[in-house]
Amino acid sequence: MAEPILEVKDLVKHYPLTQGIVLKKQVGAVRAVDGVSFSLTKGETLGIVGESGCGKSTLAKVLMNLEKATSGQVLFKGEDITRLSGAGLKAVRRNIQMVFQDPYTSLNPRMTVGDIIGEPFEIHPEVAPKGDRRRAVQDLLDVVGLNPEYINRYPHQFSGGQRQRIGIARGLALKPELIICDEPVSALDVSVQAQVINLLEQLQNEFRLSYMFIAHDLSIVRHISDRVGVMYLGKMVEIGTEEQIYSHPTHPYTQALLSAVPVPDPTGREHRERILLSGDIPSPANPPSGCRFRTRCWKAEERCSTEVPLLAVPSTLRGPAAHESACHFAEVRDVIGSG
Amino acid sequence: MSEPTKSENTGAAIPGQSGSGPAAGGPAAATAKGSGAPDAGGERVASLWTDAWTDLRRSPLFLIGGFLVLFMVVLAIAPQLFTDGDPRAGGFCNLADSLKRPSGSHWFGFDVQGCDIYTRTIWGARNSIIVGMVTTTLVVLVGGSLGLWAGWIGGIGDSVLSRVTEIFFAIPLLLGGMLIMSTWGEGNAWTVSAVMAVLGWPQIYRLMRSAVLANKHNDYVVAARALGAGTGRIVGRHILPNAVAPVIVVSTINLGVYIGAEAALSYLGIGIQSPAISWGLMISDAQARFLNAPHVLLFPAAVLSVTVLAFIMLGDAVRDALDPKLR
Amino acid sequence: MTDMTKPARDGAGPGPDAVQVIGGGRESLVPGTPLLEVDDLHIKFHTRDGVAKAVNGVSYSVAAGETLAVLGESGSGKSVTAQAIMGILDMPPGKITKGSIRFRGEDLLTMSPKARRAVRGRKIAMIFQDALSSLNPVLSVGYQLGEMFRVHQGAGRKEAKEKAVELMERVRIPAARQRVGDYPHQFSGGMRQRIMIAMALALEPDLIIADEPTTALDVTVQAQVMDLLAELQAEFNMGLILITHDLGVVADVADKIAVMYAGRIVETAPVHELYARPAHPYTKGLLNSIPRLDQKGQNLYAIQGLPPSLLRIPSGCAFNPRCDRVQDVCHTELPRLVPVLDAEGADLPGRRSACHFWKETLHG
Repeated sequence: MAEPILEVKDLVKHYPLTQGIVLKKQVGAVRAVDGVSFSLTKGETLGIVGESGCGKSTLAKVLMNLEKATSGQVLFKGEDITRLSGAGLKAVRRNIQMVFQDPYTSLNPRMTVGDIIGEPFEIHPEVAPKGDRRRAVQDLLDVVGLNPEYINRYPHQFSGGQRQRIGIARGLALKPELIICDEPVSALDVSVQAQVINLLEQLQNEFRLSYMFIAHDLSIVRHISDRVGVMYLGKMVEIGTEEQIYSHPTHPYTQALLSAVPVPDPTGREHRERILLSGDIPSPANPPSGCRFRTRCWKAEERCSTEVPLLAVPSTLRGPAAHESACHFAEVRDVIGSG
Repeated sequence: MSEPTKSENTGAAIPGQSGSGPAAGGPAAATAKGSGAPDAGGERVASLWTDAWTDLRRSPLFLIGGFLVLFMVVLAIAPQLFTDGDPRAGGFCNLADSLKRPSGSHWFGFDVQGCDIYTRTIWGARNSIIVGMVTTTLVVLVGGSLGLWAGWIGGIGDSVLSRVTEIFFAIPLLLGGMLIMSTWGEGNAWTVSAVMAVLGWPQIYRLMRSAVLANKHNDYVVAARALGAGTGRIVGRHILPNAVAPVIVVSTINLGVYIGAEAALSYLGIGIQSPAISWGLMISDAQARFLNAPHVLLFPAAVLSVTVLAFIMLGDAVRDALDPKLR
Repeated sequence: MTDMTKPARDGAGPGPDAVQVIGGGRESLVPGTPLLEVDDLHIKFHTRDGVAKAVNGVSYSVAAGETLAVLGESGSGKSVTAQAIMGILDMPPGKITKGSIRFRGEDLLTMSPKARRAVRGRKIAMIFQDALSSLNPVLSVGYQLGEMFRVHQGAGRKEAKEKAVELMERVRIPAARQRVGDYPHQFSGGMRQRIMIAMALALEPDLIIADEPTTALDVTVQAQVMDLLAELQAEFNMGLILITHDLGVVADVADKIAVMYAGRIVETAPVHELYARPAHPYTKGLLNSIPRLDQKGQNLYAIQGLPPSLLRIPSGCAFNPRCDRVQDVCHTELPRLVPVLDAEGADLPGRRSACHFWKETLHG
């Protein structure tokens, strides 16, 4: 394996819950991200899946240093970026960029496309000399498949898919090595989603980008990812290659998640095995003891409530299917029939 | 988080969504990289402000409002350009002319003291315009910057400041103005402006603060932070342009209100004092004899209304020009 | 163009997937008579930028116990059609310029407002995408559920509450009796959607229109809610119009499908056949453009370009700027929704396509 470009070690982000208006007293914490570790190598795509409230978006914000980590480390090329500020942080920002979910709120409505894509150059003037910026912006528009003549238009003159391309062009401007995509296609029409995904893949090959691809659509994540991590209530419950997670899932939550995905093929729908979870996700302010999934798990036993399962390769797993899973009773179960 | 709602939710949203301008529209845009309409001007680099200016120059609302405001400002600076008379000079008024109707040589007629109303109206512009402009400038500077600061910083500073403005809100502009002016005594355009600014800033503060709060969590602000933008850039490029529109509208409307309030204070005898000239004073003097000499009231009141209207038109035009979605 | 989507059983007997209508116990219903028939519906919106042709001659029908999925992207007219059926279309700016919507044979569009109100909610109910904004935040869910009975059936306070609890239990909200006094924000997204379903079911309607009912929900919750909806539909033998953009959800629950594009139906088919052999390039493109869960797959097929603006729908076939198969005729001639025949020339029941080259698309 190549040297990791990003290494996350035991990352924690708690939002304190306070009471009182003047004298604030901490009465608890929302444990949005609670001890997450993983790594990412150059040119690789790591997909992060999970349902709302699992902490995947908070993870993105902490990695981007938009929120300060409560504890833990985020090593970008060996340097811990959670402790950075000022010039050091600004320098790192050149290398890590983000593509947002909602193309309607992520572009300033009062700036032209030229201003939006050119802003990175104004913030980091060393990247493109002043005289070249207009050309650089037009090149970027061309790269993401938009007409360079659109430079003087405003975001509202574009469709959702085109806006997302503008957002991607802005993310590319500083030639970053890592791009964090937070649900980049979920707001787009089906026929346009494929265009944007193809664009992201093409850009990855062209610029040797690493992606962290956060999404709730498991099919899209499988398509674009080399490795996939599954999150539940602030914890990484299973992580492995795309093949390992989709064809050999061992964590009950991953299995439930995969089996719940509606498959766009009606053949044999009456016989499809579907694990229906009962109940809702518990509050991250008050997560269950032991294994956080135990309240909805059909395998839960006494041990699950007392002992936190660690993310490790289960001893029962060998060969190419061996990957990390945080379950006391990890066991491969193919739920999507992919063999 | 949950997926954002697809745009096909309400009937009305559909045409708006899919008809979103030329890029999404015509056959040129059918391929993502269609030829597109050529941009006017070719190498012109557009920005919010240059585009707003291009728009404004074509807006009749702006042209009319701007012309009227400009005219009033010229009146205020150099009334001599429009009239030979000087109402401050001795012998300007002649009691023999008292309440004479408008005529060819005296277009607006005479007031009760026998002073030429045309000349007085022209000269009266200065005080009204000073009060309107100075008050508005002070209010926008103080209220706007405090609102921006409080909205951006939040926390205790915001809480304290917001409670303070609530106290001010309990005092009506006119009542407070009367209170302060009657204790202060010295009534001229500057003191009246200062008093009204003291009472008026909380409104703009509130407006600015809520606009900043509404904008500061938008993804484009997060995106700017992710690019490494500093506070100055985020506030200047991203928050202010999006927050300033309501402030502009309310300020221009208020400018008219201040001119009117000055008139009211002067009318009550505690604003600008004679022998200074202001439209408010003129209206106040004329009011008692409205029935037998309506022209004495009519002319200053009409000029006052036109001025207020001109500022409102200007504000409307500027707001529209600063909103690219209306293009 | 008028009878483009008569149900499969109309001509050649029941199709393989059409759920048989067997009276249902309530109002007598002749088997095969559609519950709802939309016929040649045209809807326009007058906007500042011009007239948007949102719906341009849509016809479909649903029988009791049957699930029709209306598939389309934003701007395809699928929701506008549903709003017209419900009578909640904003008019103006919307305007129904042509067509009819017959419910049990009676045209809803020519009905008196009073008669229309009686149908709405009681006979036809709707479930929206965003349950939180569809529920009143200041009233308890029990009150809002009970309101249906107080208004429509004149039930008393106590009785209404009992019925509310009953409904909540029916949509399997745990501890319904304890939670009946809770407010909407105290429920999770999935539970709120269940409450919406309960509300739609309250008066035991004959037809439910579900507009993207699970789009805002997480996958595991989505599955629960869809299962519940399907189960209740079978139990009450209701017709269901499922409006969605999600090809996965459609494959799971639909009996037949109408695919919409730029305000027209471009293809109709029983669910299995649509997925196996689409007869319109748009449907085919959509199916090819979604990644698969069960295999990694190579590059995705992407339909080029964007859905058209409803202000400027391309002449001829609206899909022509994006179509792989485009020919000259596609620019000049509007393709009619014609029956799709198999290789031997026999009618494929329930199948229609609005493509000049449906034969090539189907067999190629």
